[in-house]
Amino acid sequence: MKQHARWMKFLFSFVALTALSAGLVGQPALAHEELVLDRAPIVEGDKASLQRGARAFANYCQNCHSAQYLRYSRLTDIGLSEEEIKANLMFSSEKIGDTMTVALDKADAKAWFGNPPPDLSVEARVRGADWLYSYLRGFYKDSSRPTGWNNTVYHNVGMPHVLYELQGVQEMSGEEGAQSLKVVHPGKLSPAEYNQFTADLVNYLVWMAEPAKATRIQIGVLAIFFCVVAFFVTLALKKEFWKDIH
Amino acid sequence: MSTASENTKLAQATQWIDARFPMSSLWRDHISEYYAPKNFNFWYYFGSLAMLVLVIQLVTGIFLTMNYKPDARFAFASVEYIMRDVNYGWLIRYMHSTGASMFFVVVYLHMCRGLMYGSYRKPRELVWLIGMGIYLCLMGEAFMGYLLPWGQMSYWGAQVIISLFDAISPPLALWIRGDFVVSDATLNRFFAFHVIALPLVLVGLVLVHIIALHEVGSNNPDGVEIKKHKDPVTHKPLDGINFHPYYTLKDLVGVSVFLAIFSAVVFFAPEMGGYFLEANNFIPADPMKTPPHIAPVWYFTPYYAILRAIPQKQLGVIAMGAAVLIFLALPWLDRGAVKSIRYRGTLYKTAFGMFITAFLILGYMGTQDPNLWYVNPVSQVCTAIYFAFFLLMPIYSKLDKTLPEPDRVTS
Repeated sequence: MKQHARWMKFLFSFVALTALSAGLVGQPALAHEELVLDRAPIVEGDKASLQRGARAFANYCQNCHSAQYLRYSRLTDIGLSEEEIKANLMFSSEKIGDTMTVALDKADAKAWFGNPPPDLSVEARVRGADWLYSYLRGFYKDSSRPTGWNNTVYHNVGMPHVLYELQGVQEMSGEEGAQSLKVVHPGKLSPAEYNQFTADLVNYLVWMAEPAKATRIQIGVLAIFFCVVAFFVTLALKKEFWKDIH
Repeated sequence: MSTASENTKLAQATQWIDARFPMSSLWRDHISEYYAPKNFNFWYYFGSLAMLVLVIQLVTGIFLTMNYKPDARFAFASVEYIMRDVNYGWLIRYMHSTGASMFFVVVYLHMCRGLMYGSYRKPRELVWLIGMGIYLCLMGEAFMGYLLPWGQMSYWGAQVIISLFDAISPPLALWIRGDFVVSDATLNRFFAFHVIALPLVLVGLVLVHIIALHEVGSNNPDGVEIKKHKDPVTHKPLDGINFHPYYTLKDLVGVSVFLAIFSAVVFFAPEMGGYFLEANNFIPADPMKTPPHIAPVWYFTPYYAILRAIPQKQLGVIAMGAAVLIFLALPWLDRGAVKSIRYRGTLYKTAFGMFITAFLILGYMGTQDPNLWYVNPVSQVCTAIYFAFFLLMPIYSKLDKTLPEPDRVTS
């Protein structure tokens, strides 16, 4: 029995170690191809940042990209009143309960960009915040592309750099293999201001991808607490009943 | 006080029912006077937990069905509608998606227990076979359910799996899809199977599994029969204890721990790093765009790795099918003198350890890009170990130098 126990311990530690090392060595499932992404400096739940991001989204993204699963009224979750939403973020005749659609015709979009711009409701769950943050800051001039723009994160992207007025124009320079981006024409925003602008936008995209996230985590704390209490109560009850079993 | 008369009234009601339906005897035979060995350990929580997950899946599934639309044009949008506009829809959906993965976690642990303690051996062969039926049913249920969110991984995962049938018989694949590609027709029939056909079979098989188990009695970590030693007067097994209240209460402790882990996933990591909900499945299905890397959800990856390890496609499909079905032969492959791993010799223990390790590595390899240099060779070695465990079992389990089994259960 004792020898058996030692053997089982060995067996299970071996299995556990194998599993663990496999998990540590390997890439996560479905990793994007090797890309060095910048960490998005976002604070989830920062309402001021989310409101700035919502405004940026309405002004710069929503001409082409819809967010067809998000209703305007949901923006009350990030601290805006219905009046504020109507005044600042809704530019046509939508109603507050409508979802964020665009007027851009899909066939036109396909002809112009090669692919219709994707809906961005859940984009942050596809790409992740860091990808989006790096992407929005990774546009550079490339005359070989139909739009005149290329991107460090999304190679040969169909989307032009719609934020170039703000960021300025970047060019790729340096030797092959050690290239880096350089701003050749400054934009309206300083690099630090542009970083903040994109961080706010990414924060908003992350919020929009799962508006219930904050509630989820709040309830989660209660749920775990309940389970822990239930564990001690049921354990005490079990022990009481099992006293006479030897 | 009126307690006495109330008791009589209750007793009268019970008698009234018992005269028409075997309520009390069912309760006695299956719950209060079902004698289970007193030495169940950690591994014995997963049967009742599998039932709990089944109930979670059935209940959340019913509520999802109220808002889900099985239509290729609306399916993806209806899932986002559930996530955003239905009250606590996100909770119901995450419970269901987490439940799917947790179902496989507990079922794999439950099966591992059966392997460790020889629970498939005589007289429990049918319990094992019915359990395998449940496992197959569960695989179908998971596969069909995964198509319903109609994301890129749903779509292309289904395309890949159905193409396996294509490799065997194209008309069969066409019959399954109901179209030449995965389409609205496929989505509709998978919905029908997922919400009614397979759940019905599943619930039926679970009932039969329990009835068969209660007929022969539970095995235990020592692999010895508790029915050999009964009290001469009461005829109760000396090492058996009433399922209720002893194991109902013990299982409740297991349920608390399980629900804590379950909640941790549902509330804090519903995507589980891409293993429970894949990032690419948040892109609506697009039949014109194949994703660069298609991998099934983690619970199928050991078999997927076996499929990819075999260079010839038809043979790969056959190997994959055989890898699942070979479990059915287990009761007749094992010639060991003892049931439990506690009393097996080094030979069997080594084989078992290699099998579990190979299974886990295969599961990991199935998630990896097959172009990585190590994926195919490692998968091939593990596939060989996987099948050798079963096919050589009649030899090594017989040669194995076992320890003497105890007469009664140990603690």
